[in-house]
Amino acid sequence: MVGLITAIIFIPLVGALAVCAWPQRNGRPIALMFNAISAVCALVLWRNFDPTSSGLQFVERHAWIPAIGAEYLLGVDGLSLLLVLLTSTIVPFALLAQPVPGAGRAFYATMLIMQSALYGTFTAQNFILWFLFYEMSLLPAFLLIKIWGGENRDRAATKFFLYTFLGSVAMLLSFLGIYFAKGTFDFAALAAFGKNGLLTGKLAWLAFAGIFVGLAVKVPLFPFHTWLPDAYQTAPTGVSMVLTGVLSKMGVYGFVRLLLPLFPNEIKIIGPWLLGLAICSIVFAPLAAWAQRDLKRMIAYLSINHLGYCMLALFAVAASPVVGATIDMQAALSGVFMQIFNHGITAATLFYFAGLLERRRGLRGIDDFGGLMQRTPLLCGWMSVAMFSSLGLPGLNGFIGEFLIFKGSFAIAAAFTAIAVIGLLVTAIVFVRAMQSLFSGPLAESCSGFPDLLRSEKLVIVPVTLLMFAIGIAPQFIFNIFNATVVQMARLFG
Amino acid sequence: MTPTLQAFLIVSTALFSIGLLAALSRRHAIFILIGIEMMLAAANLNFIAFWRFGPHHQPPIGVMIALFSIAIAAAEAAVGLAMVIAVYRHYRTTNVDQLDQLRG
Amino acid sequence: MNSWIVTYLWFVPAAPFVASLIILTLSNARRRSAAALAIAGQIAALAMSILAFGQTLQTPGFRVVQNFTWFTFGEQALRLGFVFDPLGAAMLLMVALAGLCIFVFSVGYMAEDKNFTRFFAYLSFFSGAMLGLVIANSLLLLFIFWELVGLASYLLIGFWIERPRAAEAAKKAFITTRIGDMGFFLGILWLYGRSGTLLFYDRGNGCLESAGLAMLGASATFIALLIFCGAVGKSGQFPLHVWLPDAMEGPTPVSALIHAATMVAAGVFLVARVYPLFSLGPINGVTPSLTVVVWIGVTTALMAALIAIAQADIKRVLAYSTVSQLGLMMVSLGVGGVAAGIMHLLAHGFFKALLFLGAGSVIHGCHGEQDIRKMGGLRRLMPVTFFTYAVGMMALSGVPFFFSGGWTKEEILHATASWAPSHAPYYLILAGVVLTALYMTRQVIYVFFGNPRATAEHAHESPRAMTMPLIVLALCAIFFSVVLTPAWPWLHGYLTGEPVHFEIARLIQPMLFVSLVLVGGGVAAGIWIYRKAGAPERDRPAEIDPLEYAQPALFRFLANGMWIDELYDRTVIAFSWASARLSDWMDRYFWDGLVRGFGAIAQLFGIFTTSVGERGINAGVDETTVGTRGLGRLISAAHSGQIQTYLGAVAIGMLALLLLYAWLA
Repeated sequence: MVGLITAIIFIPLVGALAVCAWPQRNGRPIALMFNAISAVCALVLWRNFDPTSSGLQFVERHAWIPAIGAEYLLGVDGLSLLLVLLTSTIVPFALLAQPVPGAGRAFYATMLIMQSALYGTFTAQNFILWFLFYEMSLLPAFLLIKIWGGENRDRAATKFFLYTFLGSVAMLLSFLGIYFAKGTFDFAALAAFGKNGLLTGKLAWLAFAGIFVGLAVKVPLFPFHTWLPDAYQTAPTGVSMVLTGVLSKMGVYGFVRLLLPLFPNEIKIIGPWLLGLAICSIVFAPLAAWAQRDLKRMIAYLSINHLGYCMLALFAVAASPVVGATIDMQAALSGVFMQIFNHGITAATLFYFAGLLERRRGLRGIDDFGGLMQRTPLLCGWMSVAMFSSLGLPGLNGFIGEFLIFKGSFAIAAAFTAIAVIGLLVTAIVFVRAMQSLFSGPLAESCSGFPDLLRSEKLVIVPVTLLMFAIGIAPQFIFNIFNATVVQMARLFG
Repeated sequence: MTPTLQAFLIVSTALFSIGLLAALSRRHAIFILIGIEMMLAAANLNFIAFWRFGPHHQPPIGVMIALFSIAIAAAEAAVGLAMVIAVYRHYRTTNVDQLDQLRG
Repeated sequence: MNSWIVTYLWFVPAAPFVASLIILTLSNARRRSAAALAIAGQIAALAMSILAFGQTLQTPGFRVVQNFTWFTFGEQALRLGFVFDPLGAAMLLMVALAGLCIFVFSVGYMAEDKNFTRFFAYLSFFSGAMLGLVIANSLLLLFIFWELVGLASYLLIGFWIERPRAAEAAKKAFITTRIGDMGFFLGILWLYGRSGTLLFYDRGNGCLESAGLAMLGASATFIALLIFCGAVGKSGQFPLHVWLPDAMEGPTPVSALIHAATMVAAGVFLVARVYPLFSLGPINGVTPSLTVVVWIGVTTALMAALIAIAQADIKRVLAYSTVSQLGLMMVSLGVGGVAAGIMHLLAHGFFKALLFLGAGSVIHGCHGEQDIRKMGGLRRLMPVTFFTYAVGMMALSGVPFFFSGGWTKEEILHATASWAPSHAPYYLILAGVVLTALYMTRQVIYVFFGNPRATAEHAHESPRAMTMPLIVLALCAIFFSVVLTPAWPWLHGYLTGEPVHFEIARLIQPMLFVSLVLVGGGVAAGIWIYRKAGAPERDRPAEIDPLEYAQPALFRFLANGMWIDELYDRTVIAFSWASARLSDWMDRYFWDGLVRGFGAIAQLFGIFTTSVGERGINAGVDETTVGTRGLGRLISAAHSGQIQTYLGAVAIGMLALLLLYAWLA
């Protein structure tokens, strides 16, 4: 199985070339075909993955630029595999979303390049390689917003790019500092140093701040989030889906893989402040979502909230001065991983539905609709499922992750977690209000000609929704992916 | 009167100066070539003179060098004439004032 | 030897769930199959409940537990389970039976509705969730079903989705109960953190068993109070009761099933289920958490009874009555009368379902009219409805001997009277008893007596599908009193596991006279006040309530629910909305402003560096370029391309070298 990861990374790139070479203007079938191939590879990876082993698997190691410690080092553990699977799910889902006006071959090629970069980010185990992929995902995202975005796209794209790029630069500088001190870019080796303090004095804090800002922008964590509503609102539906479904996970992944193992002492010192930022994400984002009229912007704010839960649990595990019991650490980490996956699916589905509504109406303000339940009961029904999943209704996927996050965090940082519950409540308010104004009441004049879910739309929605139910009712198959990794990480952070 | 090194050097300097004057002042390419040959002859004369009046004047060395030099000069003259003919064929003139193609 | 159903208890909730799923896939036109499926699912659940119930009769203190691992995270297993004990069995039976009656009733009541199939899908879904709730052996599983019944309630209140008021009420119900649920959720987390398990019973390791309780220590009070928050939300206790009256926007069978008989009682059931958490501490059973339960219950019971007097909508009267009765049950639990509270819950489930269905029948007969002031005289037009409704009314008012509510109310009064810390709850509840009799009398007089007014003139008796369930429930309300009498307190013994003796003397007790007098007084007062209700009296117009005529300000205060909704609108809701706007504003202008500020600083810096570049560096470079170019021109002039010039230069150079040599030598 050596070379499988490389194959997964490069198949979308080949696909991008193939799309460019494709004689027809519509590149979607080719893009989907290559997606299917890489998804099959990801499934093979999953099939051959040993869930009982906590170490890296399928490792591919080649010398690359020995002079600066850059290696071509790929490998997956439970977390990486989870994210590879998530990418394999979300990207085709996004390609099937509402067609982007004017999207030709270039659009699909760019999407595929971004997908390749995402695979690379989640499997690279050497900083230089990782950073290469990390940046490689940024440019396609920028282009996708800038070229195919809606209103205000230039502004939003520039903001997105500058924000994330500055964050990346800060991170790169920090890593150069670490490299000069320790002489390696290997994640595993760095993590081993981290336990006893990677750097000392001011340098440590500088490096910490650089990496923290770089990742916090990506997640995004309050108050580094203001690029997100603009970007998600403006981006075409499919791109919003990938942005929220996968790109935002790069930040969380970075926190788990880099910041937490490398700077345990620094995080402990400023722990309460970090928890406070997470709480701000959790409480203020849904409040702001409540005040939004644009459906996509509303979902964007709720994304900040949902990733805030991940941050809460991660900081509770790593930042709290109290060392948690094993069960709480494992619950929090499992919750975070579960939430990463669930949020990816649910938020992408919500954007998908926002796209369906926009396609029918041409607008997407929540006041532009009314009484849809009478006209399009299926659309409303399936969309409600996604909304309820997002607000954490038991029986759907969102609940599992949130319950474990709260379980783990509450035992370690009770006060912060108790405040975070407000976020759960406000999220519910936001969704219930949205459902009220979209679905109920008398049928709005402008919506009276809407078609209900088309067959092609059903074919997309039904599998995803079934996945939500499957995770919500019998989630063990997801837990199996990362249980060993969780155990090992809990030991590392504990 | 015993010939001295000085006398040879005076002759060769005169020869060189005449050759240089010819090479610089004549407009016809062939004359320039002849001037150059004269300067070369002055150089050969210097070789022989310095050999003859130097500390080790065993028979073959100085003469051999001069002979080589003359042979090279002959070859060079042949090439030079050939080039002059080629230039003439191309430009229909051998007046060097009109030949400024080397200008950058 | 347990019957298979006790081992496979999850079949009971599974049956309605499966029915619901199948119905959801049916097309709108297949109304008969939908109703048949739903009722079949409910009958299956009822049959299995009876089977299982039979098992519990054999041994006192019967309890069977089936635990399983839901999933493993890290190295930890999260276990859920089902428990079957008298409390669960009695609830199971009540829910299944009342549910079945209401399903049958709905076939008639919803016959005209275009979303008939969807209605039955929701009803079955609710039934499954509720049945699961009562047999859950894990606080987490209970919470899961708890949320699912909340969802069903949300869907069903907003069932007539084209009505904005229904959608508004559904939203209000969902959010209000969720406020309580968040407290409940925190309670679960805390309990889980402390005891390491959420299973109630697990061979001595459950959180309700001595080993688990011992780990809680002082936090038990807080955990109990947080869990109680959930009960307050779901059971419509003050201050979260506001959603329940509004929930009457849903179809009447929904009000009967969910917002009277079963779901709203889930809060009471929850407190009873985790009672060991509440009573952990002093021996005499007075703990801070139970004291809170008592006072919340008393406040709710009295307040809701007062408000019920001034309501004009037939269903809102019953809704406030439900709130009040739930408060009564809470009091009972709080003072230690768990069995009494649960008995009242069961009895209430039947007679309140009966009353709501009766009200539904009335509304159906009056073509959708819900205002009791526009009814009247229905006792002749709708005799079956009238008699069954009267039974329900007497049961609710607490008329002893023949009606179930009488005995259970008696038990609660007993328990409350002997509460050590204070007698105030006892007296307040007595007042509540009077008020209950009063408002029920008022309602019955308005609806059934006098002359038909307005729409009531064309009223008709409801179809058999609707009257049959009424009769069944009325019989339940009467026969249920048999197992409740103090002479042979079978149900009490069943719930507590104590042996039961027959002793006729216990039938007559001082408390009986007290309550007879109070109920009689309430009814009499009602008859006296409302003897001419609906008709003009002296200078009072017909449509004005006699009480409103006497005390307009007080009446308006009560009719508007003591302005509590308005208070919340102006405070909590206004505050939340303001903070939402503020968050949005902060985001757009403050945080983004900061970012833009940084951007502006960067831009200024850019302008500065540009000018430095333009004026300084660039100009310097330009000058250099110009100089270089001039020099180049100069040199290129010497570059004539004429060999002789070059040769001359060589000669001059050589001469210069010679001179230099000469000079140096």
